Amino acid sequence: MEKLEHPLWIVEFVNAMLGPIVHSIGEKMGYHFTGHHVIPPYIVMCLLIIAFVALLGLLLRRGLSVENPGRFQIVIEDLIGSVIGLLDEWIGPKGRKFLPLVSTLGLFILVGNYMGLVPGLMAPTSSINVTLGCAITIWFYYHIQGVKEQGIVKYIAHFWAPPGVHWSMGFLMFPIEVISHTARMMSLSLRLFGNIFGEELVILVLFSIIPFLVPLPMMFLGIVTGALQAFIFMLLSIIYLQGAVAVEHHEDEHGHDAPHGHQAPAAA
Amino acid sequence: MINRSVLSTIALVLVGGAFAPLYAQEAAAAASADIARWSIITGGFALAIAAGLAALAQGKAVSSATEAIARNPGAAGDIRGALLLGLVLIESLAIYVFVIALILFFVKPF
Repeated sequence: MEKLEHPLWIVEFVNAMLGPIVHSIGEKMGYHFTGHHVIPPYIVMCLLIIAFVALLGLLLRRGLSVENPGRFQIVIEDLIGSVIGLLDEWIGPKGRKFLPLVSTLGLFILVGNYMGLVPGLMAPTSSINVTLGCAITIWFYYHIQGVKEQGIVKYIAHFWAPPGVHWSMGFLMFPIEVISHTARMMSLSLRLFGNIFGEELVILVLFSIIPFLVPLPMMFLGIVTGALQAFIFMLLSIIYLQGAVAVEHHEDEHGHDAPHGHQAPAAA
Repeated sequence: MINRSVLSTIALVLVGGAFAPLYAQEAAAAASADIARWSIITGGFALAIAAGLAALAQGKAVSSATEAIARNPGAAGDIRGALLLGLVLIESLAIYVFVIALILFFVKPF
């Protein structure tokens, strides 16, 4: 995929500024750099996202007020409110403590997806490294939260057999569960990567055929896909967290629904 | 007959696929070019099949969801959430094939 990368001035700039320092530190730590960029473009883009979001937060904090909130504050409050609604709906009252991680990931992926539509930038989420990083974070986080919530023995036991099923089913269920949980990492990362990279590729191909107005519908589609994929990543991480944190109480209430919201489908 | 021409085309492709390894063994230099050509054809066909089947499945999901909303508009929110989740899970299967096609095109793991 090397030939698809076109030089971006900001990447060149950051490499010219910080490249030698990073290179010397890396050499001292025993890492040998390959390729012609010391700092790869997707890391520069991730740093840009951090700068952008921090700037946004600072600007927002200056105009923050309870009595007469500005337009921007209302929009952000609505977004956060919808994420809290999702958490309440899926996980229940315990869900609010996951708000920071989940909404931060959502914001990071949303801004990252939209960066691909700005000329002179690329979408960091179109690199498998970034999406795999997000997916691994969520994967370890929900396992840790599950162990914290249920204790290590009960948490591993819930892989063995679902409640209400004879324990000997575990010989069949356990490998399936382990494979499906491992596949979640792959599916989370590849879904985001494939969507965003594919969209960029389509825009690139259309641009190389007719570089005027024709790629516009695809870029509009990119606006829709970017928001949708960020939302889906958030929703799936909430569902995984719910699957890990939810303590089953099916034995004492036959036929009743769980007290809060949905049961998670077997999401791969 | 359309049917016969389609069948003969498929037969031609299959025969070509069966004999391609023989040709590839003849010259080592020609082999990699041949594999690249066949991997492009394979990637295209795989993506076409995956996209078609995923479109079929998503169409089915959307049609039953709209039917359910029409019968019970009160449950529209819940149904929409389930539909979105299902659509994404279906779509990710097509995305896997797309990633495999990308690997065949660009990474060339052979």
